[in-house]
Amino acid sequence: MSFDTPDDLRYLDTHEWVRVTDGTARIGISDFAQDELGDVVFVDVPAEGEEISAGDSFGVVESIKAVSDLYAPVSGTVTDRNDALESEPELLNEDPYGEGWLLEVDLDDESELDDLLDAADYADQIA
Amino acid sequence: MALRQSPLSDTHAERGAKTTDFGGWEMPVEFDSIRTEHEAVRTAAGKFDVSHMGELLVSGPEAAELTDRLVTNEVRDRARGEACYAAICNDAGVMLDDTVVYRLPDGWLDGSHLVVPNAGHDAQMAERWCDHRDEWGLDATVDNHTESLAMIAVQGPDAPGLLASEIADAGSGDDDSIDLDALGRFEATVAELAGVECLVANTGYTGERGFELLCPWAEATTVWTALDCEPCGLGARDTLRLEMGFLLSGQDFHHEENPRTPFEADIGFAVDLDSEFVGRDALARVSDPDERLQGLRLEARGVPREGYPVTTPDGDPLGTVTSGTMSPTLGEGIGLAYLPADLKPGTEIAVEIRGEGKEARTCATPFLDR
Repeated sequence: MSFDTPDDLRYLDTHEWVRVTDGTARIGISDFAQDELGDVVFVDVPAEGEEISAGDSFGVVESIKAVSDLYAPVSGTVTDRNDALESEPELLNEDPYGEGWLLEVDLDDESELDDLLDAADYADQIA
Repeated sequence: MALRQSPLSDTHAERGAKTTDFGGWEMPVEFDSIRTEHEAVRTAAGKFDVSHMGELLVSGPEAAELTDRLVTNEVRDRARGEACYAAICNDAGVMLDDTVVYRLPDGWLDGSHLVVPNAGHDAQMAERWCDHRDEWGLDATVDNHTESLAMIAVQGPDAPGLLASEIADAGSGDDDSIDLDALGRFEATVAELAGVECLVANTGYTGERGFELLCPWAEATTVWTALDCEPCGLGARDTLRLEMGFLLSGQDFHHEENPRTPFEADIGFAVDLDSEFVGRDALARVSDPDERLQGLRLEARGVPREGYPVTTPDGDPLGTVTSGTMSPTLGEGIGLAYLPADLKPGTEIAVEIRGEGKEARTCATPFLDR
């Protein structure tokens, strides 16, 4: 099976992705991650104003069969979170890079992005 | 150690199943998605490969007595083709496993008794049967058929129709067809399906109408392929059984890690204290236990999981979740936990999830009306 790994994203080896637009980073989980988890039923991520720190756990995503920690690909202050996931957690399965995004943060340090995998390297990791 | 393989493992791999180690067997956990499979069984039909279940054939003049004395339910006076659910206990009344015991119908493995223990328990239970046979000097033979008999469950409201059409197709005339509607709960008969002679039992682990089929190992693919419905893995099997409050051996009870009596596990209906069996005297003294396995429903968002503490709303410990999931049918978190027996259904409790007490209530099982 092959999984979608969009070229414009950076990835953490624990399967989170980040997309940066004008200093704001949107974070989600990869197509591979949603497939491994199966039916997502619950998402718990920090609210606006909270801080996340690169490499640290910032929340959980639960599928019917398992609980999985979420790790921050970058550090920053949460500016928005995807409230649609509260009533429609299945968006993570259906559209992991679009409607199923998790949260947005104001980046502390854009150079942290250099420590992340590009799409080709991430695709190799999950191959 | 290499995992034991179902006779259907190649078929499952071709269908793209994800697999898991279950009781020493490599078994499918998911084919399409747990939710898809779960819903198929609740609304239409699904098929499960449960070839990991043990099959011990007990035959000979004293097969009934031997088995009767090793399980909590009464076996001795069952008619041919009758089955029953029972626990297997030690002298202290602690459950070692739960099982379905079939008195086989005529024309299938000589009409003896078939004991079906859970995954990975077959060798240990065969030894237990043999040891007690020798100790009691009974005339019985115990054969472990776990790797010569495959077991396939077909479950769901459409299962009877689906199976009836396959059975009718296999027969050469009306005389060969069987009336599945006449087959009562926990009754078994012999029928030909896709040219394969099967034991067809009106049993299951989902709460839906349906059947469990036993057939020769080498014919499993033929039977599986003939059943035209959604293939389901152990993931859906678990959410389906949990919605019914059915026990999972090794998880909701374990003779070492969580030793429990059948009364604590709330399966007193499977204990016949008028029957003489190992553990009977101990159980007669504890039929009114202090703790009992109860259902719980989360009122807050979240999913109860095995090992999570259950407390009063103020945080005083009450017990621990043994099984939990997000119920696909109800859309809320459900679980089982051993809690003080005097708690009434509907009592406010809390389930501690990642250090935070989440509102919940005890409730009667099954969680669904079936």
